Amino acid sequence: MGHSAPKIVNPEGIAEEIGALLGGMLVETVDHADELTFAVVREDLANAMVALRDMGHYQQLMEIAGVDYPDRPERFEVCYHLLSVTRNHRVRVKVSTDEDTPVPTVTHLWPVAGWLEREVFDMYGVVFDGNKDLRRILTDYGFKGHPQRKDFPLTGYVELRYSEEDKRVVYEPVKLAQDFRSFDFMSPWEGAQYVLPGDEKAAAPAAPAAAPTSKATETKADTGAGDATNKKAEEKSAEAPAKPAAATDEGKGAAKPEDKA
Amino acid sequence: MSDYLEKMDHITDAADPAYGDTEIQNYTINFGPQHPAAHGVLRLVMELDGEIVERCDPHVGLLHRGTEKLIEHKTYMQALPYFDRLDYCSPLGMEHSYVLAVEKLLNLEVPLRAQYLRVFFAELTRICNHMLNLGSHVMDVGAMTPNLWLFEIREDCLNFFERASGARMHSAYFRPGGVHQDVPLKLLTDIAEWLDTRLPRLFEDAMSLVVDNRIFKQRNVDISIVSKEDALKWGFSGPMLRGSGIAWDIRKAQPYDVYDRMEFDIPVGTAYDCYDRFMVRVEEVRQSARIMKQCLNEMPEGPIASFDRKVSPPKRGEMKRSMEALIHHFKLYTEGFHVPAGEVYVATESPKGEFGVYLVSDGSNKPYRCKIRPTAFSHLQAMDFMMKGHMLADTTAVLGAMDIVFGECDR
Repeated sequence: MGHSAPKIVNPEGIAEEIGALLGGMLVETVDHADELTFAVVREDLANAMVALRDMGHYQQLMEIAGVDYPDRPERFEVCYHLLSVTRNHRVRVKVSTDEDTPVPTVTHLWPVAGWLEREVFDMYGVVFDGNKDLRRILTDYGFKGHPQRKDFPLTGYVELRYSEEDKRVVYEPVKLAQDFRSFDFMSPWEGAQYVLPGDEKAAAPAAPAAAPTSKATETKADTGAGDATNKKAEEKSAEAPAKPAAATDEGKGAAKPEDKA
Repeated sequence: MSDYLEKMDHITDAADPAYGDTEIQNYTINFGPQHPAAHGVLRLVMELDGEIVERCDPHVGLLHRGTEKLIEHKTYMQALPYFDRLDYCSPLGMEHSYVLAVEKLLNLEVPLRAQYLRVFFAELTRICNHMLNLGSHVMDVGAMTPNLWLFEIREDCLNFFERASGARMHSAYFRPGGVHQDVPLKLLTDIAEWLDTRLPRLFEDAMSLVVDNRIFKQRNVDISIVSKEDALKWGFSGPMLRGSGIAWDIRKAQPYDVYDRMEFDIPVGTAYDCYDRFMVRVEEVRQSARIMKQCLNEMPEGPIASFDRKVSPPKRGEMKRSMEALIHHFKLYTEGFHVPAGEVYVATESPKGEFGVYLVSDGSNKPYRCKIRPTAFSHLQAMDFMMKGHMLADTTAVLGAMDIVFGECDR
């Protein structure tokens, strides 16, 4: 039976039909979870939308969503969700872009795109070419940065409070009394890329090769030990006075309390 | 106005202007951000020519809490309560889109009783939401009593939510795979009795004061007429779209849960004005009550959440006795469940219109991206176009008929 999410029946041959409508503007068609996605050439976005609206009968632009994939060369994806109230069908149109390349606006097709594009601009910094009112919309007046980017920290950079001395709201760098607790529950055998506590030594680079592997393998030749050496050592130990070592120990023991005091 | 100015030009001597003759300019006022009729923190910068609104620039985002960013740092289960806090007047309507989106990515089957319960409480939410909106709309244009009477109903609804989930407003009752817990039979019978007696009495009484009231009609009829084409272009949905004469309802067109088993009518407007939008909502309340009664009649016994233990946690009693259940419980409440990579856009008919969730998953236990499509965003954007040429006092009527809540608009 499957899930009980809104049932959208893809009309027979809809992907081919839209593919033909878009022609050379189409980059890729994805059919995932019964939802059709059409990636189009960025420069041709407006033309593709005209074709979809007028020939494809997708009258409504419901949503423009930005997504950030920092690993891709064109890191931002802008997804347009179209709805046809006559065909009872939804499609998604995608373009990709980076920080500097503008995406053509669709405000002349749907006035609703105005705010939706402003939001994507505000959240991701994607510029829309032709949008006459590309101001920030959700963030504070005078806000810096684009908060939905993956490299923007969850806490942000500034916090504000009302200052009783200045009689106004002041902005200060974020100070956290406790670090944000972000747990990574991925198991190491499910592909987590980090060292488990206690496993640091295992992952550390191998110790220098010169180090002896075991005492048992030491030979006299290795250490230079032998009857001659033993004799010399005995002579030395007989000469060596026992006192100095004890004196230094006492000296240390006496010095410590003084230092502390 | 311009005729008057032309006359004035001839009267005054241009070389020697008297005070006030030359400088006639539009007056710009701020409506809000703190205004009882702004339904929250809305700042409208309005340019007035006398009392006529020439331009209207809504400033939103004063209640922006970064919900979408926060959701990216939470597991799928932890993200759910954020949806209650979007449109805090219809929390379960918000949850509905989200759980369906997660279920669609998981392709998870939901037991029938859970589907009925969800539809049942989603419709109760609709009644609850419309009580607040209809009441405040009426109050914005000058009547006090109906609002107080409608709040009686809203109070009843909140009590029912409390009995079902433990919380009056932020219920977090819908879960991926079903609902959180079963409802006691007494609650269902109480709601059934309420639907038969108290709701119609209070609601119809309150509406009898309003719908044919001369003052109410003067304030709403022919105010801000939106044609079908404009409504489509501006991305309207829900009662706003139906008020403009388009019989579009996602519950009918793209049914989810058990809406395909329900019989209900879609009211549409005929004059496309504020009064129509109001009346569409009034009729929706009656239709919601009808759907709820059908749910009560047809609701089967059975499980209320999926048995897929990799998604839906076991019952607490089971967890105390079975080792496997304990492991599942622990894993689900720490790591949470993993959702296969993919992306879906799921939109449901929330009381305010199309509420959509665009969910992108990368296969981990946290959403990679969760874009929330609020209804108020596109409606409020049309404010400039809807207000042009209307009087300043009509602002409250237009805003009231839009049904805007800023928790959802600003996210």
